[in-house]
Amino acid sequence: MEHGTFTDHSSATFSLTEEDHTLANAVRFTLNQDPRVTFCGYSIPHPSDARVNIRVQTTGDPAREVLKDACQDLMLMCRHVRSTFDKAVDEFRISNPVKEMNIDSKK
Amino acid sequence: MAENEGKEEEKKFSIWDLPDVPMGKLPPHLELQRTRVVCNVDAPIHTESIQYSGAYASMGVDNSLRLDHFSNNFRVEVVRLTEEVMEFDMIGIDAAIANAFRRILIAEVPTMAIEKVLIANNTSIVQDEVLSHRLGLIPISADPRLFEYMSDNDQPNEKNTIVFKLHVRCKKGGPRFTVKSDELKWLPQGSEFVKDSRSATSSSNSKPETYTSFTCRQDSLPDFVNNAPGPKYLDIITAILGPGQEIELEAHAVKGIGKTHAKWSPVGTAWYRMLPEVVLLKEVEDDVAEELKRRCPVNVFDIEDIGNGKKSATVARPRDCTLCRECIRGGEEWEKRVALRRVKDHFIFTIESTGALPPEVLFTEAVKVLEDKCERVITDLS
Repeated sequence: MEHGTFTDHSSATFSLTEEDHTLANAVRFTLNQDPRVTFCGYSIPHPSDARVNIRVQTTGDPAREVLKDACQDLMLMCRHVRSTFDKAVDEFRISNPVKEMNIDSKK
Repeated sequence: MAENEGKEEEKKFSIWDLPDVPMGKLPPHLELQRTRVVCNVDAPIHTESIQYSGAYASMGVDNSLRLDHFSNNFRVEVVRLTEEVMEFDMIGIDAAIANAFRRILIAEVPTMAIEKVLIANNTSIVQDEVLSHRLGLIPISADPRLFEYMSDNDQPNEKNTIVFKLHVRCKKGGPRFTVKSDELKWLPQGSEFVKDSRSATSSSNSKPETYTSFTCRQDSLPDFVNNAPGPKYLDIITAILGPGQEIELEAHAVKGIGKTHAKWSPVGTAWYRMLPEVVLLKEVEDDVAEELKRRCPVNVFDIEDIGNGKKSATVARPRDCTLCRECIRGGEEWEKRVALRRVKDHFIFTIESTGALPPEVLFTEAVKVLEDKCERVITDLS
């Protein structure tokens, strides 16, 4: 849900339900690294509500688009992390073949 | 190399010494602040990470996110990988994202766990609710990706529930009997307990209604043919029966996440630490070197012979440093000899799986969960 004004799209607060520090802090990081952002931050208004408010103020671009781009960046980073990780695990497996297989360990 | 680095930092930086034209490179003291946490004897400093894109704009340094830059610098190095534990180095990522992975691993990667226990008989001294709780905490070896979540108005079926039976009795006149988790037997056809339906006595011709409504046997599904679900560890003690006591129950395992209850957490724990960096700021020789080596409880330093009967201290195992700061305690001269730092973008990540999935799969699942979260926000916004 977006809270902002009709006249000025460059600043808005986005209220995300069912989210917490996990996403908000990661998105704040990617938002802060975007040169179009003049200010951003997040808050959890009440610890018993599963809700975060993310504030985005930009140099002129619509805050909604900037937040969307930030999420996109985070997603691309995740994708790269995953492929790099998988590659590293495969390489580790090749260089360290399993020495002894414990067949009896499972049932 | 370490010595040169130390000397450069020791110099006082005057603004007049800086070049007039921005060089696109931070002066060493700022680079140190940006990339390292410095652990002084009283407290650590420069602990924050510099996130703002324009933080170094005045020096002509762009701090904004460039994905290609991230892609080129991000590295993963696996240190240890077994069925249960994994340790790896994640290099070139901010703490905000590394921490998101950690939090997701603990609280948001799904697993299967016993949620409902139907007790037909329990004459043991373990109360029903205590026994149910103990059953809930047994790690179940079943791939949660093969199951669906069960919501409040869903009927338990073969896609969202695993049913286990536990029926044990201790012989009268014999010794006490220890009930272990291997007594949990999988029921691929679903619940065997018939629902109490006095009103529907007429439907005696059809199958009696039970507490689950499976449309087919789970062991006829290709996913379970060669890996039957069951407790991951067969030696978990759930109750002890005295002579004549009996337990008969059915346990229904469903899919869930650690946020709801810790029994669904796929990890014993998952944690990271930043890579310690120990730098000798000046040559440490002879008796002082011996003293330095003796001070360190985890044996980070070694002593080297440098000829002419002289000995000099070297940093041999900085990874073992626990930042106890024993080596810089006891006067300013020690603080001038050794610098203890942590590398801000180098995380030593450890994942201890409880057994449902191997640790390397858990991590990729965690990353996928974060991707899904981003995607949800994007679709919500557009």
